[in-house]
Amino acid sequence: MRPKVTFLDEDLKIKIIDEARHLLCTLGVEIHNTRVLGLLGDHGAEVDPVTQHVRLTDNLIDLALSTVPSGFKLYDVAGRQTHDLSGDNVHFTPSSAAINILDNGTIRKPLTADYVNFAKLVSGLPHIHAQSTAFIPADVPEEISDSYRLFLSLLYCEKPVVTGAFTIEAFDVMRDLQLAVRGSAEELRAKPLTIFSCCPTAPIKWSETTSQNVVDCARMGIPVEFISMPLAGFMAPVTIVGSLIQHTAETLSGVVINQLAGPGAPVLYGGAPAIFDIRYETTPMGAVETEMLDCAYSEIGKHLGMPTQAYTGFSDAKQLDAQAGFETAMGATLAALAGINSISGPGMLDFITCQSLEKLVLDNEICGQTLRMVRGVEPREDFPSTPIFEELIRDKHLLIADHTRRHLRDEITFPGPVIDRANSSRWLEDGGLSLHDRAAKEVERLIASHTPSCLPAEVRSEMEGMMTAEARRFGMDNLPGRSE
Amino acid sequence: MDVMQEIGSSLRNGDAKKVAELVQQAIDDGVPAEEILNNGLMSGMKVVGVLFRDHEIFLPEVLLAARAMTAGVDLLKPLLAGGDVPTIGKVVIGTAKGDLHDIGKNLVGIMLKGAGFEVVDLGNDVTAERFVDAALDSGAKVIGISALLTTTMSSMKDVVDLVRERGLDGEIRTIVGGAPVSKDFADEIGADAYGYDAASAVEQVKALAGV
Repeated sequence: MRPKVTFLDEDLKIKIIDEARHLLCTLGVEIHNTRVLGLLGDHGAEVDPVTQHVRLTDNLIDLALSTVPSGFKLYDVAGRQTHDLSGDNVHFTPSSAAINILDNGTIRKPLTADYVNFAKLVSGLPHIHAQSTAFIPADVPEEISDSYRLFLSLLYCEKPVVTGAFTIEAFDVMRDLQLAVRGSAEELRAKPLTIFSCCPTAPIKWSETTSQNVVDCARMGIPVEFISMPLAGFMAPVTIVGSLIQHTAETLSGVVINQLAGPGAPVLYGGAPAIFDIRYETTPMGAVETEMLDCAYSEIGKHLGMPTQAYTGFSDAKQLDAQAGFETAMGATLAALAGINSISGPGMLDFITCQSLEKLVLDNEICGQTLRMVRGVEPREDFPSTPIFEELIRDKHLLIADHTRRHLRDEITFPGPVIDRANSSRWLEDGGLSLHDRAAKEVERLIASHTPSCLPAEVRSEMEGMMTAEARRFGMDNLPGRSE
Repeated sequence: MDVMQEIGSSLRNGDAKKVAELVQQAIDDGVPAEEILNNGLMSGMKVVGVLFRDHEIFLPEVLLAARAMTAGVDLLKPLLAGGDVPTIGKVVIGTAKGDLHDIGKNLVGIMLKGAGFEVVDLGNDVTAERFVDAALDSGAKVIGISALLTTTMSSMKDVVDLVRERGLDGEIRTIVGGAPVSKDFADEIGADAYGYDAASAVEQVKALAGV
């Protein structure tokens, strides 16, 4: 039996969805994009071009829900399937778009070399299934920072990429980088390589860029994750149910835009809601209510027939400390129990502004334990039990029993060296290392043992050409040097 | 790969059947029993010990190797002088007075045997007198005392004290271990060594026995 957690009963889910639909059909959604307004208008929505408001209809919403797929698969750079984003399958990906990294206790701006190390590290972490464009290298022009991250990701790590475009124009470059890897638009559609995060703005609005990204992705068959971010008590009702209504309205409006642009296009019903801590004017991502919001909207997404995503399983701590551990583990555990299909969290600190390679190594272990947990408790040659107990009483232990040897690896997961399970004497003999020290050692080891990507040289060089041209457009003659 | 190396690698794989087959093959080929024991089984077990110490293999692999070794040794015994397997030393082991938890002690015993020691296992709930008498009777140079309970740890000191009282200090050495035991505790009660796990116990006993 797969263990599950639920926060909403069936009636409440239906009530929240009905309320959100009502909002979309009465108050409407504000969209700062004439092309998208046109698209919705063409399909029967009531558009006010002056206020840029559009009132959806139940028919439009039902049409979108009838074409949206209940799942999709992702493929790595080599074209191998890595994800089945359906049912209650759980996958982890590092959280994305930080502006800082935590480098040996110091928070600083990340550079290209940091990004390359990050991509290499993600390659070696077995419980992190996708990479993400996790932070923004500060040594390239801001205008290319989104496409440049994807470029580096595709060069140094084979795992699929959770990413996003910061402008409408950047989408084209990011699409072309993917086409270079896959070879054709048909192949990219057949084997999606990336997921684009597209964020509505609270309350119930879409900017020109993000709504256009939703449309452009849909037309190419590139998966989109909708990242609605109601802030409970600030830019959304303070109650969890109230924020869920807003989240549902914002996400449903994205689904409608996406499915009208490309019926059947793959999507994740995602989000990054948070409560608002009025004491510090911050949006704690590691708060339990934030995590409850994530799990609850995932239930709504599944009820509507979509695979789900959440930004959770990370922390607001500033260092790799106990708060970082407990918030991350609690978020990851709840999200996995809720069956959220893509969990974007590992590595992140400080309200999604700071990535840490050391934390990523620790979080990989949290993900591993969480994935073990959701496999649940299954009987394996446990009945009848007399023979095994006879053996135990006779031999006084079962360390080398056939039963133990057959089931040890299925039943028990053994974490890497970052998790300390030695007795204190052995821990001291091994150097008495702190969690940070053990994680730093593991980061170093994994980066050093990185296997270069299988991406062919001609593809790499084509991508290099594209990216250099893009950099020159914004005044940078050569891309920052990289050590392979 | 010659048969001695093959015995070693089968031992590391914990393949008792293969070890027995190879040992029999070597016997049939006229290889002296001592040579099979030393160059095949003992040297194979030594590698297992190193791999275990370096955390490259784990307890079950060591136990399987020890079982495979026994399968080979049983075939050699009748061919060895006096039917005895030569050992590198004798060790008396048991759990502390009042303590019935013997799994840790048993593991240490298996590991010590694997390393070439003769082990006199007194079982559990062993008095200080029995420990010291058994060491004297058997000629063991090391007494190993194991405890799981904080309430029985104190009786470890009785063994150490009795060794001193009988003037055997330096002649019979003591080593303690078990979940609640620490290096500090071992120092406090005057034990000669402390093993934090089965592999470290073997290393410590080797050092105490001077082998």
